Amino acid sequence: MHHGVLTEDSKRAAYRALEDRILKGEGRASPEQRARAFGNAGLPQPLDGLLGKVATRPTQVTDADFAAARAAGFSEDELFELVICAAVGQSARLYDAALAALADAVAGEGEGDGEGEA
Amino acid sequence: MRLDVLNRGYGPGTKVLFAVIGLVSRQPVPDAAKLVFYRPDFYGARAKEFTHEAMRGPSAWSVGDRELMAAYVSTVNESAFCIGAHTATAGQAYQDGAKVQAVLADLDSAPVEDGLRATLRMLGKLTREGTVGAEDMRQVLSAGVSREQVEDALAVCAAFNTTGRLADAFGFEVLSPEGFEAGAKFLLKRGYR
Repeated sequence: MHHGVLTEDSKRAAYRALEDRILKGEGRASPEQRARAFGNAGLPQPLDGLLGKVATRPTQVTDADFAAARAAGFSEDELFELVICAAVGQSARLYDAALAALADAVAGEGEGDGEGEA
Repeated sequence: MRLDVLNRGYGPGTKVLFAVIGLVSRQPVPDAAKLVFYRPDFYGARAKEFTHEAMRGPSAWSVGDRELMAAYVSTVNESAFCIGAHTATAGQAYQDGAKVQAVLADLDSAPVEDGLRATLRMLGKLTREGTVGAEDMRQVLSAGVSREQVEDALAVCAAFNTTGRLADAFGFEVLSPEGFEAGAKFLLKRGYR
């Protein structure tokens, strides 16, 4: 990865501030639960049903997904936080994958025929 | 919305603000606005800051271009609320709703510049497939788009991949055409902060 080599642009830095807040700041859900929601990994049932959909197919979320999570003991405020973590986490992965591809493309340009057309 | 706290969990000051917004706009307060007022220290404050920076901050892309990117990403995600909101906002920003409709219907034949078309194509692939490669980026750069413009477009994409997911998960109510046009007017006048 290119971390430490490239300076983060100001918009990526503003998104990073949001990520840091929802993962590390005060919350009703534990930092561990929030990290799992953000990473879409290691979530217990029935949370993985709801949060997996938020990450990969959000239009398929239903009232029943929320009802199952409530029935398992999660409060409204915990679910508010965990859904946000799942949405931000998926978007952050897309964002970083694209910035890495951009860095590769720009680096390749320098190695090849000098400055690119852009 | 699917969480009761997002429908009813607001303090007296925020309730008054919602009432004023409703009176001025003659439309119900959109759920997108309600979301960022609920426990704003957790999400809303930083989300608004980032989204405003992406959509209205310094960029070689126009406001209309960025609103069109938001509408395009939302279309790929099939996120009904965000499609309505940003189709209306892009149309007002360009003063050309037909151009926006043409892009959303068929990007390849739409009357836009090659750089914007290549950028939208890359954002669509990223949103659809979850990743893109260096070759995808080279195609955008070779269409005359600068590295900074690509970064700026990726910020718009991140904002609307986030907001669209929240809209669909929490179940934002889709507004009437008049409601979306009123929201668009607000977003062009005031931005996202």
